[in-house]
Amino acid sequence: MTAITADAPISGTGRRVMRLARYIGVPLFVVAVCTAMYVYVQGQELDSIEGRIINAPNIQGAAVEQIQISLWATLLTLVVAVPLGIALTRPWARRVTPYIIAIANAGQGIPAIGLLFIIYVLWVRNGARATILGMAVYAVLPVLRGTMVGLQQVDAGVVKAARGMGMSKRAVLGRVEMPLAVPILLTGVRTALVLTVATSVLAAFIGGGTFGGFITSGFAQSRPLAVAVGSVGAAALAVMADWIGGIAEDFLRPKGL
Amino acid sequence: MTQGEPMIRLDELTKRYPGQEAPAVDAVDLDIPEGEIVILVGPSGCGKTTTLEMINRLIEPTSGRIFLQGEDVTHVDADQLRRRMGYVIQQIGLFPHQTIAQNIATVPRMLDWDSTRISNRVDELLDLVGLDPERYRDRFPKEMSGGQRQRVGVARAMAADPPVMLMDEPFGATDPITRERLQNEFLHIQEDIRKTIVFVTHDIDEAIKMGDRIAILQEGSRIAQYDTPENILSDPADEFVEQFLGSGIVLKRLNLTRITDIDVAVAEWPTVAVDTDVDAARRALREADQSHLLLLDGDRRPQRWIGMRDLEHHRELSSAGTAVEATIDQRATLNDALQEMLVSANGVAVVVDRSGAYTGTVDLDTVTAAIREMRTAAVQRDRAQVHSERDPA
Repeated sequence: MTAITADAPISGTGRRVMRLARYIGVPLFVVAVCTAMYVYVQGQELDSIEGRIINAPNIQGAAVEQIQISLWATLLTLVVAVPLGIALTRPWARRVTPYIIAIANAGQGIPAIGLLFIIYVLWVRNGARATILGMAVYAVLPVLRGTMVGLQQVDAGVVKAARGMGMSKRAVLGRVEMPLAVPILLTGVRTALVLTVATSVLAAFIGGGTFGGFITSGFAQSRPLAVAVGSVGAAALAVMADWIGGIAEDFLRPKGL
Repeated sequence: MTQGEPMIRLDELTKRYPGQEAPAVDAVDLDIPEGEIVILVGPSGCGKTTTLEMINRLIEPTSGRIFLQGEDVTHVDADQLRRRMGYVIQQIGLFPHQTIAQNIATVPRMLDWDSTRISNRVDELLDLVGLDPERYRDRFPKEMSGGQRQRVGVARAMAADPPVMLMDEPFGATDPITRERLQNEFLHIQEDIRKTIVFVTHDIDEAIKMGDRIAILQEGSRIAQYDTPENILSDPADEFVEQFLGSGIVLKRLNLTRITDIDVAVAEWPTVAVDTDVDAARRALREADQSHLLLLDGDRRPQRWIGMRDLEHHRELSSAGTAVEATIDQRATLNDALQEMLVSANGVAVVVDRSGAYTGTVDLDTVTAAIREMRTAAVQRDRAQVHSERDPA
């Protein structure tokens, strides 16, 4: 999940065609699946319980909630993980780096649902906020690792040349190291984003809404159709999050790399 | 800067790393004169790079002082100091996410030059290092070859016209042919710009070729010898230097000496003009002390070697004998001449001036005489030194 993988090198037109297929194909696929689901549900006689769960305002509300929780969680993750990753790659932090990494690893080791309950019970008694916090803890690791690996793989010769020409440490970080770390950093962010969107359905267990609500209610009241609608909705959001992440990677990657 | 003040002066410069008994650089004193290429050369681990990086304070010295143009810069702001010195390293370190023009503009931008001045300077520098600005200025480093990137690295270091350039094995990562070309180009550029250059290498041949002066360093950056390449080759200070120079000192020396430099008069060869008639040529050859005549055309360019037998069969000199295959420029080195004469039929190399006109020949005797001369000079210098040490004035 957290492994950082680069796209396989496919050169020239083949790559461009693949990219175009990805840009257009993924949303088309998601729209097709959602439409199929819609048509299927329209064709069913909904009983009163199903009708109370599966309706347009509910679906819209769940989608908005899930997107909001994911965006806030991702934002919180970035605010914590990127500066931390920068700090941990500075020479003066070399001693504490392994410990912080261990803590971040442990954060991801805890089962997500357990983490949410702990935060909810012990700290934040608000479903949505607790979820945001929990997801952020969960997603810190990939972003932290992306930031650190991104910075560490910057050619030492490039940094040395920059320092040797009289660029200050801050200028080297901002104008050389960070731009060169962006591709790998973004891979981490994309992983974090997908992770957050996909697992934020757990908010339903602590009253935070999202498509998870369809799934929990559907199970509790033996309405598989509601479970199916919730699952498709959550999956569609996760796939779209990955799609946006992919586009961001392509467009924010500095030219010349 | 007062008259005679060196561009850079290192005064007891020392670097000690914690936990290491011996200092990496041990109290180095070195004067680097303005406008010269000074080479720091030595075996790996001798501290040459550490010494270089203390000059722009990428490595802060433990003790000692650094003077630039007479000013003590040991404690001035390091970033500001570095902008006054060009810096080229083996890995080049071009910024891959910036165009060639942006790369070259790095220091001028930090110095707040206006954009017209910067873009003019970028084009000027690309021209200087032999890259067409139109074609290359908007490219990214990955779109260029290793040799081209190295040229850009040099251009970037010269961008703000610093008086000093520090170069750490700048041509080390290129293949031998590209390296040779880059070295020649750089020497050519240096003839015009006359920067003060401190150049680190582990390659003694590169040191001899590039250096106006060479500092041969031992462990701890102790200077075993600091002198011109000529003097180091003809008079190595001690066993360490001799070993470091390696075998073939004489050949290296020949590489340094140009035909125009040697005192020995270039041997005259019997020549004959192309419009001479055959009988006169035969007479000339009989009187000459060589077995062949050298035929020159109307512009005195060497054409053919003509022997006695050739004269019997031909009525026209222009078609007699064998063609002169190769000639060497009088600015060529003795080593080039040696190579030429080893493959030539008559054991001589034909020397021509810039217009291609014959100026003389060099044979093995000329070369051995030159070597003998170098030795004598070295011995005399040695004696003079011993003399002055015995009787201090």
